[in-house]
Amino acid sequence: MDAKTAILARAREAISRSQQGRPVRDIPRNYLRVGTDAPGSQPVVADMVEKLEDYSAKVVRAPKDAAILDGIDELLGDARSVVVPAGLPQAYKEAAARRGRTVREDSRQEPIPTLELDQIDAVVTCSRVGISMSGTICLDGEPDQGRRAITLVPDKHVVVLEREMIMPTVPQAVDVLGQNPTRPTTWIAGGSATSDIELVRVNGVHGPRNLGVVIAH
Amino acid sequence: MTQTSQTFLGMPAASPEEQPHTGGWRTNVEVPQDTLRWGHTFPEGAHKTLANTQMRRNLGHATRTIRNKRQLRVDEMPDWEDLREAAEAVKFEVASRLPELLEQFEANVTAHGGIVHWARDAAEANRIVADIIKSKGIDDVVKVKSMATQETNLNEYLADEGITAHETDLAEMIVQLADDMPSHIVVPAIHRNRSEVRGIFLDRMGDAPEDLSDKPEELAGAARAHLRRKFLHASVAISGTNMGIAETGTVSIFESEGNGRMCLTLPDTLITLMGIEKLVPRYQDAEIFAQLLPRSATGERMNPYTSMWTGVTPGDGPQEFHLILMDNGRTKVLTDPIGRQALACIRCGSCMNICPVYQHTGGHAYGSVYPGPIGSILTPQLTQGLADDDPVHTLPFASSLCGACAEVCPVKIDIPTILIHLRARSVDVKRRLVPDMWDVAMNAATPVMSNGKAWLAATEGVKATRLIGRDGRIGALPFPASLWTRSRDLPVAPKESLRQWWKRTHPEGITPARSGLGAAQSTATKENR
Ligand code: SF4
Repeated sequence: MDAKTAILARAREAISRSQQGRPVRDIPRNYLRVGTDAPGSQPVVADMVEKLEDYSAKVVRAPKDAAILDGIDELLGDARSVVVPAGLPQAYKEAAARRGRTVREDSRQEPIPTLELDQIDAVVTCSRVGISMSGTICLDGEPDQGRRAITLVPDKHVVVLEREMIMPTVPQAVDVLGQNPTRPTTWIAGGSATSDIELVRVNGVHGPRNLGVVIAH
Repeated sequence: MTQTSQTFLGMPAASPEEQPHTGGWRTNVEVPQDTLRWGHTFPEGAHKTLANTQMRRNLGHATRTIRNKRQLRVDEMPDWEDLREAAEAVKFEVASRLPELLEQFEANVTAHGGIVHWARDAAEANRIVADIIKSKGIDDVVKVKSMATQETNLNEYLADEGITAHETDLAEMIVQLADDMPSHIVVPAIHRNRSEVRGIFLDRMGDAPEDLSDKPEELAGAARAHLRRKFLHASVAISGTNMGIAETGTVSIFESEGNGRMCLTLPDTLITLMGIEKLVPRYQDAEIFAQLLPRSATGERMNPYTSMWTGVTPGDGPQEFHLILMDNGRTKVLTDPIGRQALACIRCGSCMNICPVYQHTGGHAYGSVYPGPIGSILTPQLTQGLADDDPVHTLPFASSLCGACAEVCPVKIDIPTILIHLRARSVDVKRRLVPDMWDVAMNAATPVMSNGKAWLAATEGVKATRLIGRDGRIGALPFPASLWTRSRDLPVAPKESLRQWWKRTHPEGITPARSGLGAAQSTATKENR
């Protein structure tokens, strides 16, 4: 008998002994699925900003297109080199290139080798959805967000989050992501951190140590 | 592999010249052959660890910190109880429909380009991992912290096969460098303080800067520098998973440091070892566990990084993905109508952080990679080690039954009831075991018991009704009353506890004398020696 057949047979036999007629019920989803405030509304954005800053992320609120571009430039700060996903809006790429920064494009078709990525200071991407309750930003690898490696290896990540995509609750964000569940997905809540030594939180271990967020439109 | 370099307190194995910076870090456990049972009984293990005051200080500080943070973050959630209820229902569904969910999961992983393997036990799982690595012609891999691979003792197995597996989680790396064993399922180096970590890095890391201080920031920085090269050059990574989604074939890792993302994203080949119980049926169910897990485990609103992937994504991440579905005793746990609840565990560690016995004895005393309350119910079921000569049969006695673990468990596992149930199963050996176990458990529980409010809250978890048989009589009481009820039945207890009755009938707020309760307690202890 192969391992799969054996394990499934054991499991069936086990359940026949332990189930004892107890039915599987519908999952009671009485938890908060939808927040009282609308996605992207003023209180939701305020909450998002508070949670992000609590994680020591830098936040710029940019209601106008020009402010988004200034925000990208400001958050990139003294970074000298920047990687961007090929699908990033052209204007964002140009904002990244201000102050003489070198900008390299990356895509699934033409990926930058990891060791070269390691030499790049920062990355600018868009994002899919945010969660104000926990200050989380989710990326799903689409062309404006790029391969997972580009938001991982450089030290600084500047991410543009569309205001109306900030959901108050985790379930509302999961509804959005669940429309394309098989995309490679990364949820980010602040920069990399560890609490392994005496439970003291230390920011910046292996992932990007600095997170900057532009809340757009 | 047998680890012989072991050192007990005060007896260093290496000369001081070789390891000048010990910082008091020397380990006092051996890396065992079987990580589910280390060969000592809980009382033996506890006596050893209770003697280690530094470890207990470290542990007390760390568990207090994490408990307070957890409470803060749980209190923020108006729907915490609803989330727990949903999680419990999801996990009951998973246990009830496990075979069909596993097949659905396998089909979806395969449809997206993943390769699924099945492993009946730890040995089979380890073999599959080693074969994949060897087929790539390499002898060096990176690893994400994983309880499944701890359970199979994968690192030791690979070492015997000439393959080095580098732990990349900071705590797991500390444990690995020190030839130590993990003592907690979320923070495996919880028994170490900063000066010990500094000593371990200076002695064992190889490239630690000579002027390394014991500041956590500097220590984490040294680990970052040490691991960076490994991440960038690794071609194979090994991970476990926090959750697999049957409906989509999606696998996930919840982590903090980014070492997980490094391993899951940069190498060409990813091997994930998953216990067959770590499933949820629907993508939507992720919304429940993504809220419960981080707040319970580390007291954060959300862990810094969560990765979800489905098979292989062309051009992004590993281009070869192996998923190993491992039984290793889980189907044995599933046979028990009461005990099978233990399979719902999402390995958050809350129960150990709150457990007065764990806080006193530390994780190593449990003689298994699963310590604390969950270890006490899971280990004996996984190994079926309920026989007299098996060290793990003592584990269900390693508890004062205060019930705090059930209160904090995010998936509502009724740990006290399962403890009682498993105690009954090893009834024959009780007489010999119990006095020792009782000593350890009761001493540990004293701070809780001597505080009326804490005790009331704690005992909420063990309602008398749980013990009542169908005929309305109590068949087996938890120890120590069990010594008595084993030979006779007891009429059912009143619906209220003394304290509840007192509170109801004495609204003016006088409480029964604490000394009375204490005296009764110590009499009980003496009688059973
Ligand atoms: S038993 Fe519950 S509290 Fe303990 S680790 Fe598992 S999920 Fe967490």
